[in-house]
Amino acid sequence: MITVETYADINQASAALGADSIYLGGGTLVMRALNYGEQNFSRIVRSTDPSLTQITMQGDRIQIGAAVTMASILAHPDLAFLAPVARQVGGPAVRNMASVGGNLFAEHPYGDLAVALLVLDGRVHLADGQEQDLEVFLAQRKGFNGIVASVSIARPNRPEDFRWLKISRTKPKGVSVMSIAAWLPAMAGRLQNPRIALGAMADTPMRAKAVEQTLEGATMDTAGIQNALTAIASQFNPPDDALASSWYRQQVAPIHLRRLLLNEGAGS
Amino acid sequence: MSKTPVSFTLNGRDTGVFVDGGANLLDALRRGAGDLSPKYGCGQGTCGTCTVLIDGEPHLSCLTLAETVEGRSISTTSGLQQGAQLHPLQQAFIDGFAAQCGYCSAGMLVAAKALLDTNPSPSRDEVIEAISGNLCRCTGYEPIIDAIMEAAAQMRSPGGLGRAV
Repeated sequence: MITVETYADINQASAALGADSIYLGGGTLVMRALNYGEQNFSRIVRSTDPSLTQITMQGDRIQIGAAVTMASILAHPDLAFLAPVARQVGGPAVRNMASVGGNLFAEHPYGDLAVALLVLDGRVHLADGQEQDLEVFLAQRKGFNGIVASVSIARPNRPEDFRWLKISRTKPKGVSVMSIAAWLPAMAGRLQNPRIALGAMADTPMRAKAVEQTLEGATMDTAGIQNALTAIASQFNPPDDALASSWYRQQVAPIHLRRLLLNEGAGS
Repeated sequence: MSKTPVSFTLNGRDTGVFVDGGANLLDALRRGAGDLSPKYGCGQGTCGTCTVLIDGEPHLSCLTLAETVEGRSISTTSGLQQGAQLHPLQQAFIDGFAAQCGYCSAGMLVAAKALLDTNPSPSRDEVIEAISGNLCRCTGYEPIIDAIMEAAAQMRSPGGLGRAV
């Protein structure tokens, strides 16, 4: 038997969580588990705290409530640079439900938004007041049983410095063969502190730090990115799945990274 | 087992059901309210045949916790027609052979209605995007896209059938 507990305050919801419970966000993960009888919980805890759906500008960062949906990202003018990412998460019905917080727990090959949040210096803010680097959080997410209150990201000075590419088998909606996000600030034509992250190339979305190192100070041309293409071929050991083998993903990763960096054939 | 009362508006009519803890909206509609139009397909957000409108926006009822729709407005395919008068979308699906086995049709129709409610003159690409979360294994999609475009044209025309539906 499942019981549902709804709390108006996120702190109350956080205090109510225990080993027999799970937190319900947008529903696309927890309700799926229920439909398939895969649940290992007897209590569903949820919160209607309004802070969970807020998007606030804080200097050069943006705080996005964990219950903000993909549709809400699409509708928010200050998050226009993230719209291409949100638009490629599911169809319209999924986008009305799938939340920023839930995306952090989506298993391979899902969780495209988290890839973008990674390159934007994502930080996870928990209901108990703790704050964690998103990459650390993703690496440890399996045993997590708290509540993500919000995610904060850096706001690119130049929105065009943020780039996104999702490769899928079907259009316009498809699951990722891989996704690549890049934040590419440059000074005098040379990259400064570039950040690259990939989705569906590991169990969780991951930064491509070896690739980032090769791009530091590089020019954005064929010669300038050559070392990055070599580095990405060896950095990841992606899982096999029904969409693509590990070998295939490794082989095509340099091609798609080149397309993203050189802006060859924008879109998905 | 204790049940939880949930009240909402279903196709304009005040409705109340009792649900088990953890029940999804699809179960509440089909078993509780007796509306059999939304269907169970994949149960994981892939097929879209359980799509309903919640406060005018498409949602997957099989992934919606029933208790979360308390006080909200639900629309399903059952509410499209007015008496014997089919909605232009339904008529266009019939005229254009946009349904074969019909299992996806309820979700397709609701997804299409959500589009036309906010965009009466959609492009073909916008129609494709609107039904991108709904799978059809029979038609190859083209008759469905054609039918939605035709219904939109009908609804825009002076005196178009079901304009106010």
